[in-house]
Amino acid sequence: MSTPQATLTRTLPARALGSAIVAFVVLALVSATSPALRARVLSHPVDVAALLLLVAVIAVIWTLPSDFTKRMKRNPLSVTGFTIIALFLTVAALAPLLASPKPGTRDPYLIPHEGFMPDPRPPYPGHPLGTTGNQYDLYYGIVWGTRTAFRVAVIVVAISMAIGLILGSVAGFYGGRLDEVIMRVTDIFLAFPGLVLAVVVTAVLGKGLDKVMIAIALVGWPLYARLLRGDILSVKQRDFVEAARAMGAGDLRIVFRHVIPNAIYPFMVVAAFDMGVVVLVAAALSFLGLGAEVGYADWGQLINMSRSWILGVPGKPFIYWYTVVFPGTVIFLFVLGWNLLGDAFRDILDPRLRGST
Amino acid sequence: MAAFIARRLLLLPLVAFGVTLLIFALLQFLSPAERAGLFVTDPRQLSQIGSIIRKYGLDKPVHVQYWNWLKQLARGDLGWSQTARMPTAQAIASFFPATFELTFYMFVPIILIGIWLGTQAAVHKDRFVDHFSRFFAISLRGLPSFVWGLIVLMAFYGWLGWFPPGRLSLDAEFFVKSAQFHTYTRLMTVDALLNAQWWIFLDALRHIAGPALTLVLVEMALLVRITRSSMLEVLRQDYVRTARAKGLDEPVVIRRHARRNALIPVITLSSLLFVGLLGGVVLAETIFNFPGIGKWGAEAAVQLDIPGVTGFAMFIAFVTVLGNLAADVLYATVDPRIRLQ
Repeated sequence: MSTPQATLTRTLPARALGSAIVAFVVLALVSATSPALRARVLSHPVDVAALLLLVAVIAVIWTLPSDFTKRMKRNPLSVTGFTIIALFLTVAALAPLLASPKPGTRDPYLIPHEGFMPDPRPPYPGHPLGTTGNQYDLYYGIVWGTRTAFRVAVIVVAISMAIGLILGSVAGFYGGRLDEVIMRVTDIFLAFPGLVLAVVVTAVLGKGLDKVMIAIALVGWPLYARLLRGDILSVKQRDFVEAARAMGAGDLRIVFRHVIPNAIYPFMVVAAFDMGVVVLVAAALSFLGLGAEVGYADWGQLINMSRSWILGVPGKPFIYWYTVVFPGTVIFLFVLGWNLLGDAFRDILDPRLRGST
Repeated sequence: MAAFIARRLLLLPLVAFGVTLLIFALLQFLSPAERAGLFVTDPRQLSQIGSIIRKYGLDKPVHVQYWNWLKQLARGDLGWSQTARMPTAQAIASFFPATFELTFYMFVPIILIGIWLGTQAAVHKDRFVDHFSRFFAISLRGLPSFVWGLIVLMAFYGWLGWFPPGRLSLDAEFFVKSAQFHTYTRLMTVDALLNAQWWIFLDALRHIAGPALTLVLVEMALLVRITRSSMLEVLRQDYVRTARAKGLDEPVVIRRHARRNALIPVITLSSLLFVGLLGGVVLAETIFNFPGIGKWGAEAAVQLDIPGVTGFAMFIAFVTVLGNLAADVLYATVDPRIRLQ
């Protein structure tokens, strides 16, 4: 085997993947023998099915013999990012199993709390990560907060991408006065630091998670629009677009079949980074008290609750460390995971940037 | 050069106009009674909200309302801020100096340390400094500034007691408000120096250190990365090889030939950094109870003080646009190629 080929196939050993699958199956079989666990799994068939689907999709992506997966597996940082996000997806899918809501709960996203004792309590049986102020369970909040985080991230990125896709392609493809107008509009949105505009929008629209999502999508779209416009401007002049036009293709066909597919990669890269950023901004808004209602499973809100306990008591400054460290670590890992994935996508999908970092 | 600046300056009123339009559009989500708050300059007027709606034509067509609102803005009248208990324009004027001072003390260390670390990483590529700076940059990019800020507060105030929250200690604040102390600039460290009061200067610095430490680490990560990659790019250029070939000392090559050119993209980044800091102070000031414009803006948003929060946002947008303009002008000054475009 020649040296370049050897480098290309220097991926994670297939044995590691095989043993991971075996370990997973053994773990599943062992846990199936415990009646309590079996009952848990059986009572949430949809969530377990979602997880199995997820595992299947990840396994298929991971074993695809494409250049993409090969390059991905070669970089330990990309593997780390991929693993972190896969773990978060697992937690989100299995939320009802990992932290079952009390029977008869109206909304599983509301964190259960026993009594109204104000002081947080360190980890103790039944509350593996302890409780924050007013006895809200940290473990439950973090597990269900994972679902909240994914929901917010996916919805916001989808909305800002959709707006950016439409306005960006219109501006880039038609150019002229329309382009000028759309670009000046993005100028206006970009005149605000993202967090400041999001704060104003939530203040005007009212508090709540849905308002937070609207606010962040409103802040996020100009980036996509500008990116796509720039790419389209450069793709538009290539010969294959000219050829398509000579064949008599209409505007819409050229945009969707020829221009966008050739300009989409940087778009995907930015979307990966944006998943982390969106959750960060949403958590910041919740932290300021503009996010979800009190007691809703949301990471930013857990941090907000920890604010009153951050200074501990005289003589013991770190006594309530768990109220901020656990939710803080989770947000950090989530954002880090998407950043690493974004780096990986950029290195793989955009060969011009390969090796620049 | 003059033409370039003139063109950028012409764009400025256009963006400012767009910002007012955006804020006005947002305000249309509120009912006339809520919007009437924008015209109240004294809490005693709140009982006559109905007559205010009629007087200011809040039930008139939208374009008439927008024109009236613009005329009001042009007079510097931004309404009454409930959270600040003073007119919004006055609130901005009284809170901004503290934030300006804070931003300055964050900006300078970020630029100095960031550029130094980025240069070192590029010069010693794949050595310890490089690996350290990359690990630092990657891990800090995910760190939420508000979590890090709480940890700084916990460690440096709760435990060590070094960096207390607020802007001044009680005794210092008492002294500053007394007749012995003359206020010149409203920037506490500058005023303390002008009054030759070293202990006030140190006290103000101690209060700035907490929020500054919160944002400096988080915002520096990007600068280190960009400086490093830009520097690596420049070190490959022919003129660097020429400089080495003609026998120049390595430090001279790095400082005079390589780094100067590597800093061109860093200037663009610094305007982005400035925007990041203006957003970040909202969180840092809230955590450290630092009485700046960011803390006031966040409070206004939470308490639905609409005049306060819109005034805050428009002012921040104005400062951001000015900052970007300054970066553009600086960019064109150092890189003559830009001016020709």
